[in-house]
Amino acid sequence: MKKPLLEVKNLKINFKTYAGLVQAVRGVDFTLYEGETLAIVGESGSGKSVTSNAIMKLIPQPPGIYADGHILFEGKDLIPLSDKEMSKIRGNEIAMIFQDPMTALNPTIRVGKQIMEVILKHKKVSKHEAQERAIELLRQVGIPMPEKRFNQFPHEFSGGMRQRVVIAIALAADPKLLIADEPTTALDVTIQAQILELLKELQKKRKTSIIFITHDLGVVANVADRVAVMYAGQIVEYGTVNDIFYNPKHPYTWGLLGSMPDLNNKSDEKLYAIPGSPPDLTNPPIGDAFAPRNKYALAIDFEKEPPMFKVSDTHYAKTWLLHEYAPKIDVPEPIVRRMERYKKEAELGE
Amino acid sequence: MLKYIIKRIIHILIALFIIITATFFLMKAAPGNPFASERNFPPEIEANLKAKYGLDNPWYIQYKDYLFNTLTFDFGESMKYKNRSTNDIIADGFPVSLSLGLEAMFLAVGIGVLLGIIAALYHNKFIDYFATTIAVLGISIPSFVMAGLMQYFISLKLGLFPVAGWNGFKYSVLPALAIALTHAGYIAKLVRSSMLEENNSEYVKLARAKGLGKWTITFKHTLRNALMPVITYLGPLTAGVVTGSFVIEQIFAIPGLGRHFVQSITNRDYTVIMGTTVFYAIILMFAVLLVDILYTFIDPRIKLKGGAKK
Amino acid sequence: MTKQHETTNNLTPEMFTVVGPRLEESDKMTKKSVSFWKEVFLRFKQNKLAVSGVIILFIIALFAALVPELSQYSYRDQLGIYNQAPSKDHWFGTDDLGRDVFVRVWYGARISLFIGITAAIIDLIIGVLWGSISGLIGGRVDDIMMRFVDILSAIPYLLVVIILLVVMEQGLLPMIIALSITGWVNMARIVRGEVLSIKNREFVLASRTLGASTSHLIKRHIIPNALGAILVTMTLTIPTAIFTESFLSFLGLGVTQPVASWGTMASEGMGGLRVAPWRLFFPAFFISLTIFAFNAIGDGLRDALDPKLRK
Repeated sequence: MKKPLLEVKNLKINFKTYAGLVQAVRGVDFTLYEGETLAIVGESGSGKSVTSNAIMKLIPQPPGIYADGHILFEGKDLIPLSDKEMSKIRGNEIAMIFQDPMTALNPTIRVGKQIMEVILKHKKVSKHEAQERAIELLRQVGIPMPEKRFNQFPHEFSGGMRQRVVIAIALAADPKLLIADEPTTALDVTIQAQILELLKELQKKRKTSIIFITHDLGVVANVADRVAVMYAGQIVEYGTVNDIFYNPKHPYTWGLLGSMPDLNNKSDEKLYAIPGSPPDLTNPPIGDAFAPRNKYALAIDFEKEPPMFKVSDTHYAKTWLLHEYAPKIDVPEPIVRRMERYKKEAELGE
Repeated sequence: MLKYIIKRIIHILIALFIIITATFFLMKAAPGNPFASERNFPPEIEANLKAKYGLDNPWYIQYKDYLFNTLTFDFGESMKYKNRSTNDIIADGFPVSLSLGLEAMFLAVGIGVLLGIIAALYHNKFIDYFATTIAVLGISIPSFVMAGLMQYFISLKLGLFPVAGWNGFKYSVLPALAIALTHAGYIAKLVRSSMLEENNSEYVKLARAKGLGKWTITFKHTLRNALMPVITYLGPLTAGVVTGSFVIEQIFAIPGLGRHFVQSITNRDYTVIMGTTVFYAIILMFAVLLVDILYTFIDPRIKLKGGAKK
Repeated sequence: MTKQHETTNNLTPEMFTVVGPRLEESDKMTKKSVSFWKEVFLRFKQNKLAVSGVIILFIIALFAALVPELSQYSYRDQLGIYNQAPSKDHWFGTDDLGRDVFVRVWYGARISLFIGITAAIIDLIIGVLWGSISGLIGGRVDDIMMRFVDILSAIPYLLVVIILLVVMEQGLLPMIIALSITGWVNMARIVRGEVLSIKNREFVLASRTLGASTSHLIKRHIIPNALGAILVTMTLTIPTAIFTESFLSFLGLGVTQPVASWGTMASEGMGGLRVAPWRLFFPAFFISLTIFAFNAIGDGLRDALDPKLRK
């Protein structure tokens, strides 16, 4: 059994706002191993971004509060660490890619310098050496004429190029863990594919672990080894990509899968949209947070919060439907049909 | 860029024209002015005025002459002080006011920026509240009140600085401070909120994600962007320092142009009022133009986009 | 991370019947959409400085209204006790003409506040009209109107005011006129900016496609949205007016005796600084306090209205 690189245990994060105390993350657990990609999927407001920012302790406190839990990176709990101690880890062992490359890069500083900064901070090399490495990084992320581009400003790059620069910055100090917070959401579809390819390629070469935050299940299928589905501040289902796509157990996951637009769908199946909206986290509901929107909600869903049920060694889901007393409800038809379709496409594609 | 400067200069010239014209007609309307038909001046002055302003001419001739004089920077002679031309008065007073004004501007920017940075870096801690309170006090207490308080507590009670007069550097400290503090307050608030805003921006988050320390981020990243608004404030600052001088020079008995201006107002010395007003207007408007040009040089985004302004 | 399949005894099979979604509850649970102004109010309330500003202004207004009525002295009574320090009979002392400073301060409050607020209201009216007409009509009219504003704002404000006062003879009315004659340009610019941005927003276009008339648009969309910026600007114009008025009084251009604003009182007080410093301190204190209060409120309003800060 490999040793885990990152273990998040019962993470709870609150925010103090003028409207009250928002419980953004309400007890999240997951583990990440070396060299693998974990995708965290959910709607906006599910807590996925807060979770990813929390790992690097980038949540501003105030108004954020680390209410409970542990974040164990290589066995060491990050939560009690001071900002100064964290700064040795950020960029160096754990790095982050943001959603919007336009705002992530400082518009008044040349791109090359922004990469060098990371190298100089964490590695004992000369300025000249750092410059060489930076240019090499630009080349590795696929930017043509890196020597020339090195001296340019961010607004002289296109969107996709800028994101490559952001990736270069993230990888500059050779981190063990890369957190990618919706890195392709702000990009065109064609560029998206390129960036995803780039990330996979770099991961294979460097053995970096990646946490990939997204709301797009299609992207997940492409890059992830394992998936965590988040809703209302909690992980509701957790497993390998195959587990989630071919054997989903939580009604919310069904909803997500059903609402994926499918270009190859020739039948006149309607696009399924989950009705209602996510709950207000200043007043989290008592039972299962998804119950009010759940077609298959059980009476107990409105009374008690379900525990995490084990489906297999790799697969867990937080729903009362897995209790022995619960009626046997299978994955809805349209979704089964989709999964069959995907299976067939995957086989054909191999 | 050049087009922009030219456009601004045209605006300034039009504005100046309006001021000069307005001044003329307003002066004509005021009681006891040199253009009025009933005049009560001592004979030499009467003679001078007549000769200078052609006081019995119809108004449009007076206006034409006045315009012409103004364009050649001939502001005539004082109506109250024999043999003192307006230009002399300006030449005497302006250097004094200039040095006082520059000192005040320097203090305002220096104190303001420092306070603002400190407040932002220790956001929500005691130092922040303390610095913000000082800034607010500066803004709320008018300069002349501040001057009075300073004279009372610092000069009379503590004897640290002279109460009034103009005879060396020590004499300039309190007046310059009195002028500067209100503006230091505005600048401090500007810098503080600008820095706090920058601190919440994505690229600062990325900088933190890189592992850079608080001070590195401040000096290498946020400061440059946060200080831009200060430059836009330099225009109003210049105006504020000029107007501040009117009152402060009075209180501290400093022989600057401001004091002469105020005295000419009290004396209804219209020629001096007119001349000094035009002089001030020119200075202020060009100062603002200079600041705007400066701003376009400092922000690389504007420069590289070809100087297109909103 | 595994939580074992819970084997609790208080779970019964009936609890596991399918009951389906409760969408009304879902809608209720999503954040109660507080109305726009209520949210602004909540955020304003959070700002302690701003709230203190409101309280201070309220108290000052109260005193300004009541003290001159209830006091045994009037603001112009000369009582024969000159330059006396604050005492039981005269809480703020007396001045060089034997007048009670306390009642004069509160009488002066009326004058200063009146000047400040009236000037701000005039600025408001002219500015809003100018700005909204210019913004709504657009095109050449807009160009010309804003060109005029540009030139007017290039002229140094205080110079204009001073010249006007010199010409007009001092007094309450001239002071108000002088203060508002070029002060409105700021409001005009801001209102025009708001009008332009609202004009082009989707919901206005949507409203238009539904056939809404222009006046309906103005009433229902433009004014409510621009109201915020207008309020903030007004709240920040008043202290500027009060400050300018004090400043001008200092230069001898203020209202005439025996009527006194805080500015004229402070100006007189300077003369007696060594002998009777309270004559300067009290009006000066209240000028500063009032300016502070308005600024705090204006800043608080601005922050409360800032769309970026909404969760």
